[in-house]
Amino acid sequence: MVRLAVVGLGKMGLSHYAMINAHPDVKVEAVCDSTGYVLDVLNKYTGVRTYTDFDVMLRDIELDAVIIATPSRSHGQMVEVALNENLHVFCEKPFCLDITEGERLARIAAERGLVNQVGYHNRFVGAFQEVKRLLDAGAIGAVTHVLAEAYGPVVLKPKGSTWRTQRTEGGGCLYDYAAHPINLVNWYLGAPQSVGGSVLNKIFSKDTEDEVFSTLYYEEGKSVQISVNWSDESYRKMTTKVTIWGTQGRIYADRQECQVYIRDGVNIPAGYQRGWNVRYTTDLTEAVWFYLRGEEYSAQLDYFVRCIEEKEGGGNINSFEEAVITDRVMSMMVADAEKRPPVTSGIAPRQAPGKKFGLLFGGRKAVS
Amino acid sequence: MDRLLFGDNQFFGVNHMSEEKARAQMMRFQDLTAVIDVLDNAYDEGVTSFMCTTHDRIAMVCDHMRSNPQRYKDFQFLPCMPYAHKYANAVTEDGMIGALKRFLPEEGIVNAALRGGMSLARKDIEGITTLLVDAEMKMFAGLNTPVIFLQNVVVDLLLGLDFKAAFRIFADHIKSRYNAEPGFITMNMPKLLDALEEVGIENPIVCANINKIGFRMCGGFEAYERALDEKKFRAIAMSVFASGAVPPREAIEWVCQQPNIQAIVFGASSKTNIRNTKSLVEEFWRIN
Repeated sequence: MVRLAVVGLGKMGLSHYAMINAHPDVKVEAVCDSTGYVLDVLNKYTGVRTYTDFDVMLRDIELDAVIIATPSRSHGQMVEVALNENLHVFCEKPFCLDITEGERLARIAAERGLVNQVGYHNRFVGAFQEVKRLLDAGAIGAVTHVLAEAYGPVVLKPKGSTWRTQRTEGGGCLYDYAAHPINLVNWYLGAPQSVGGSVLNKIFSKDTEDEVFSTLYYEEGKSVQISVNWSDESYRKMTTKVTIWGTQGRIYADRQECQVYIRDGVNIPAGYQRGWNVRYTTDLTEAVWFYLRGEEYSAQLDYFVRCIEEKEGGGNINSFEEAVITDRVMSMMVADAEKRPPVTSGIAPRQAPGKKFGLLFGGRKAVS
Repeated sequence: MDRLLFGDNQFFGVNHMSEEKARAQMMRFQDLTAVIDVLDNAYDEGVTSFMCTTHDRIAMVCDHMRSNPQRYKDFQFLPCMPYAHKYANAVTEDGMIGALKRFLPEEGIVNAALRGGMSLARKDIEGITTLLVDAEMKMFAGLNTPVIFLQNVVVDLLLGLDFKAAFRIFADHIKSRYNAEPGFITMNMPKLLDALEEVGIENPIVCANINKIGFRMCGGFEAYERALDEKKFRAIAMSVFASGAVPPREAIEWVCQQPNIQAIVFGASSKTNIRNTKSLVEEFWRIN
C-alpha cells in the first residue's frame, strides 16, 4: 500500500485526489492546500486529514509519495523538500520555471533513486502512444517535418487575474497549453537544436500570451512547427494534435484517432497496410481502474504507483529529466520571441485608414 | 421510464471517435431548427424522452417545446446537470469559490441569496448543492422532467473523493422539490452502486457505458456483469455502440440480453438511424 498526500487542490489537484483515492493500492493519508475553504469542506464531509502547511504535514505524517499540483512557481521548492524527505514525487506540468532548478531536482531524484514523474498526460493517450510506436518502428521512414497544435477556449475576453494569467507564476498559453504539444514533440524527436520565429502574442490577456507560434530546428533540416491558441472558441475543449511527415508516409493523431498514410515503405507494422490506416481510441485505449475526465489521467497515476511498487526511479515515462527538456524549449521560445525580428523587409508598414497596425504587429518597430 | 431515450451528444459536437465528425455535427446543429427537426423525427418515431445537458442552447429547445404544448404534450426532458464545461471554465477564470459565487443566484429572490451566502459561509454543501440544482432547473420550468441526472464528471469526482453524502443530498432534493427520480451517470458503475447503497439510496437509476466490448466500463467487464446480475438498481445503458466500434445490430442484441437494463440512451442525427435503432430495440426487447 502506497501512502500518499495530495498538495494543491485546484482543478487538477482535486481530480488527481479523486483518482488516486480510488486506487486500490493507495492510501491517501492527507491533503494540503494553502486556502482552508476546500479543505474544511472535504474534512467535514469525507473525514480526510487536512493541512495548510506542507512542512507541518511532512513532519506529522509518514508518507511514501506526494502529488504536487500547486501553482507552477512553487513546484521547485516543494519538490525539493519532498525529495529531501525521500518521497517519490508526481508533479504537475510545467515542471520548473527555472531550468537550473529543474536540472538539480532531476539529479537529486536520480541520486536518491526516487520515482519522479510530471503530469504530461498526453503521453498516456492511446493515439499518441501509437504515434510513438509507429515512429520507433520506422513506419513512415525518416521524419522531415512535424506540425504540433493545440487550440481551445480558455481566455475569450479580457478578465481578472488568477495565477494562470501571470507568466511569472507559470500561467499563460505557453506554459499551460503549448507545453503539451511541445512535450509530445520532445517525446517523438528529442530536444531541438534551436528555435526561431517564436511569436508569443496577446489577444485578450494583460500579463501573458494567448497564442504561441514557433519553429524548432533539428539536425539534417528536420523542423517542427508549433501552433497554439487558447483563445479559440471554435473548439469545444482543448484539442491537441500532431501531424508528422516522413519519407515514407504521414501520421495524423489527436486524442480520438490516429490516421496513418504509408507509402511503399519497407517497415509496415503488423496490422497496417499501404495507403490509409485509421486506429480509433476504442482500439488504442486500455481500461483503467477508475475513470474521471479521460483514461490518460488515471493511467499516468497508475503508472506512478506501479513505478513506486517496483521501485523504478529514474528513466520512467515523463521523468523530471524529460520534463526539463520541455521547460528548456519553452524558455528558448521566450528568449527568441523577445529578440527583434532578425530579417526585415525595410518597408515601414503603412497605416491603413481606421486600422491600428501596432496591434497586429505587437507594437514592434520596423528596423531598416 | 421509457425504454429508449434520446441523447444530445450529437448536437454539441461530442463524438468519441472523430474530431472531424464532431465538428461537422457542430456546424450542422448550429441552427436550432436543425436540432428541433431531429427531435421531431425522434418524437414522431415514438422516442419521446430526451436526455440532455443543461447547455444554454437546450434552454431554447425548452422554449420551443413550451410554445407548442399540444404538439409536445408527451415530450419528456431528462436533464443531466451540471453542464460541466460551464463550471470548469468558470473555475479556471475565477477559482473555485469565485465560480461558485458566480452560479449562485445573486439577486431576485432574497431567500435564495441568503441561503447561498449562509451556506457558503457555513461550508454547508446541502445549501450550495440545492441552489445550484435550482439554478440549472430553471430552464425546464413547466416541462415534464421525470428523471433528473447528476452528470458523470461530478458523480465520479464525488465518488473518487468519497464524498458520498452529496449523492444523498442531490437525491433528496430532486425528490422533494421536483417530485422526480434522481439519476446518476457514471463511468465507474460497480463502485458507484456500492456508494449509493451505503448512503441508503434504494433501487437507484444509474446510467453507465454498457457495451459488448467493455469500452469505458471501469472496474472491469466482469464487475459490470456481476452488478447487473446481483444488484437492485435500474440501469440505463449508454455508449452501447462503443462509439461505433460495435455494429448496431450486434450491439443492441447484446445489450437487450443483459439483465436489469431498463433503458438504452442513444444519439442519432438522421431519421433513418433513429428508426433503425428503434426497430432493433423493438425486435430484441419485444416492447410496445
